[in-house]
Amino acid sequence: MSKAFVFGDDIDTDAIIPATYLVTTDPKELGARAMAGSDQPDFAKQVAEGDVIVAGENFGCGSSREHAPLALLGAGVSCVIARSFARIFYRNSINIGLPVLECPEAVDGISAGDAVDVHLATGSVVNTTTGQKFQAQPMPEFMRDIFDAGGLVEFAKQRLQSRE
Amino acid sequence: MGMTMTEKILAAHVGRDVVRPGEIHFVPVDCVMANDVTAPIAIEQFERTGATEVFDPERIILVPDHYVPNKDVKAAEQAKVMRAFARKHRLPFYYEVGRSCVCHCLVPEEGHVTAGDVMVGADSHSCTHGALGAFATGMGSTDVGVIFALGETWLRVPESIRCVFRGEPANPYVGGKDYILALLGKIGVAGARYRALEFCGDAIESLTMAGRFTLCNMAVEAGAKNGIVACDDTTLDYITEHPGADPHVRDDDSVAEDIFRERRPPVVHQSDPDAAYCETHEFDVTGLEPQVACPHAPSNVKLVSQVAGVRIDQAFIGSCTNGRYEDLKLAADILADHPVAPYVRLIVIPASLQDYRRCIREGLDEVFVDAGGVFSTPTCGPCLGGHMGVLASGEVCVSTSNRNFRGRMGHLDAQVYLANPAVVAASAVLGRIGSPEELHS
Repeated sequence: MSKAFVFGDDIDTDAIIPATYLVTTDPKELGARAMAGSDQPDFAKQVAEGDVIVAGENFGCGSSREHAPLALLGAGVSCVIARSFARIFYRNSINIGLPVLECPEAVDGISAGDAVDVHLATGSVVNTTTGQKFQAQPMPEFMRDIFDAGGLVEFAKQRLQSRE
Repeated sequence: MGMTMTEKILAAHVGRDVVRPGEIHFVPVDCVMANDVTAPIAIEQFERTGATEVFDPERIILVPDHYVPNKDVKAAEQAKVMRAFARKHRLPFYYEVGRSCVCHCLVPEEGHVTAGDVMVGADSHSCTHGALGAFATGMGSTDVGVIFALGETWLRVPESIRCVFRGEPANPYVGGKDYILALLGKIGVAGARYRALEFCGDAIESLTMAGRFTLCNMAVEAGAKNGIVACDDTTLDYITEHPGADPHVRDDDSVAEDIFRERRPPVVHQSDPDAAYCETHEFDVTGLEPQVACPHAPSNVKLVSQVAGVRIDQAFIGSCTNGRYEDLKLAADILADHPVAPYVRLIVIPASLQDYRRCIREGLDEVFVDAGGVFSTPTCGPCLGGHMGVLASGEVCVSTSNRNFRGRMGHLDAQVYLANPAVVAASAVLGRIGSPEELHS
């Protein structure tokens, strides 16, 4: 069972991981500072393995820093559900295996602290606190291929091998 | 139906007559860039792909700029990873500290991007290079590490938004920064998400390259994939004047080998008259006042007259947005006759190495120091709260940079206002946000 942490619109990468912490690439170290620049700076202390982030429009806007999705993975976040994502953050997340789902209805129907069940394969999101069920936009097929391959590096390995 | 410039560049790269928005293609990359923050992860991911060689050593540009000269041990370790990779793969375009500057100034100045190129940088402001009539976009480190191996990347062809700027500003201090802030104020930080921002109109045609770089630099602040200005004589002159040097590659400290680099000829694309745009925004810049983005979003834009009076603690002139000679000269002309206000720090950091040298040659460094400011070697510095001017709680900074998110330049409770270099220089003198005209009265 995952607990939901709820954030607003336009959560930028400086909120997810402030630049001052970009001197490491270690997910655990970054995870300890996850969301340190947001209105919930103690997020990293409160989040447990498998919890989810629920956010508004344009989640992850700003910098291209991959440290942002890395920090969320390092903090134990199992999925980000948002109304929409900024493009570099979305790409980065798929590339490194942080599940991201677009589902405005779920964003409307989940409050902070609710228990949430996410089935990535089907895109189904269940608020087990209220019993409400939601269906997320399916990940575009091409990105699903990358995600299913285990991320962009694995996908690239296959592409490199196919060249030989 | 015709195509936009962005569509034409992508079509040319994938060997097709036509591409349409929404299509996904594997696109060869002409130039790929990373910096000291993003390269370490890119290198790790490159190595995980199993590739033993990079796709083309001459097309990989590595630039230490964010935390250099190294601000602490951890930053030094990151810079070391990038340096070691450059030596291992004999990359001729690794730029060592002292011969380096902010990546988005260095890449065009050293002739690494030309009109018609596809450029990808592991830095969100890589959209800057669209000013050269290229397709340029920012990506994360893993994407860039994979490009190091494959020389190509997947791209979804973006819809284009046409932004038409007409007229000649009556205010001599109004320029590219004010145009892009005006657009951000209108469409917001998600207004161009996943789309191309195409800038055109007579006000863009008469804009210098510095102004065009500023304009395209902040396309990402609207969520855009790329910003682009058509290549014209101004662009071609710039490209001719910035061929870049033929570097030496060193195996060790004694052996040097000349590299005569391939220089791609510029390829000029124009959008067709019947190209499809998902939106058009028009601006008359004739009466445009300097724009100021207020805390905590680049889209929270007001007129300078509406925020004049806000007390400041720091003024920063620099960054990939507004750290070029033209920006610094504008500021120096204001500061030549006026000292910085008591208890206000003015920090001037040229973003370009060529322009840093020119400032020294022309005595601008002395103007800044005489006015009571700091003048430093090129670095991203305080723009992202890294070093060289981090803000304390409650402090207010007016900056020529590109982002004013909460905590961007230091403490979470600091406030950042974004403006053009003339407004920032005048504000440093006034000790509060104000316009240069106020100094004359």
